[in-house]
Amino acid sequence: MLDRIVAHDADSLEAEATLPDQSPVFDGHFPGFPILPGVLMIECMAQAGGWLMLARQGFARMPLLAKVGQAKLRGMLRPGALIRVGAKLTHDGSGYAVLSGRIDSDGQMAAEAEYTLRTLPFPDAALAALVRGRGTELGLPA
Amino acid sequence: MSSPDRSTFERIAVIIAETANVDPAKITPTAHVINDLGIDSLDFLDIVFAIDKEFGIKVPVEDWTEQVNAGRAPAEKFFIIGPLAERIDELVQAKPV
Repeated sequence: MLDRIVAHDADSLEAEATLPDQSPVFDGHFPGFPILPGVLMIECMAQAGGWLMLARQGFARMPLLAKVGQAKLRGMLRPGALIRVGAKLTHDGSGYAVLSGRIDSDGQMAAEAEYTLRTLPFPDAALAALVRGRGTELGLPA
Repeated sequence: MSSPDRSTFERIAVIIAETANVDPAKITPTAHVINDLGIDSLDFLDIVFAIDKEFGIKVPVEDWTEQVNAGRAPAEKFFIIGPLAERIDELVQAKPV
C-alpha cells in the first residue's frame, strides 16, 4: 500500500503513498462518500513497520502483523490523498518487535497505533526474493 | 506492576496475571505456562515483552523453542514458571554491566 520510502534508519522509517482516485474499496466504503477503511490505515502502518524490520534484519525474516493495540483513527482519508506513514521501533525482541506508527495527511495526524509484528523465516526463497525486490523498488537498499 | 524488591518468580507472576488476565492463585512455581495457565502464543508474546521491559533483557524465546523442538531441552526447562524464573535470573546475571 506504500509508494516509496522517504527516510529510514535503524529504528524508524517514513514512507509515503497517494491513495488511488478510484478503487473497489472506495466503491463500497462508502457509496457517494469514499474514505479509506480504518483497517487499511492500520495495514499501512503495519507495512511501514514491516519494511523497517525487513531493512533492520537484512531481509532475513518475514514480519507479520500479530497484534494491534491503542489504535486511534483520528481523521478520514479521501481518494487522492497524499499520506505519510511512519514507524518507530519500541522493542526488538526474540522473534517479535513492538512498534508505534502514525499516518499524517495534509498536516494532520490521521491515525496512530501501537502494534506487534512477529518475525519468522521466509517460507521459501522465492517470496524472500520478491519482497527484497519490492523493497528496492520502494527505496530500501537491496 | 512489579517492583525489583520482589523475587523474580513474584515479578513474573504479576506480569502473567496482569498481561494475560490469569487468576494469580493458579500461578505457582510448578504451573506450566500453556498447559496449566492456558496462555496462547500471542499472550505469551505480550508476557515476553513485559518481561523484557521489566528485567532489561531479551528473552531468547526462539532459541528456547528451537531447543525444545530439536529435543535438546525439555519444555519444562523454559515453560514452567519456577524454571522460567531461573532462566530469567540467568539472563539478568549475564547482562553486560
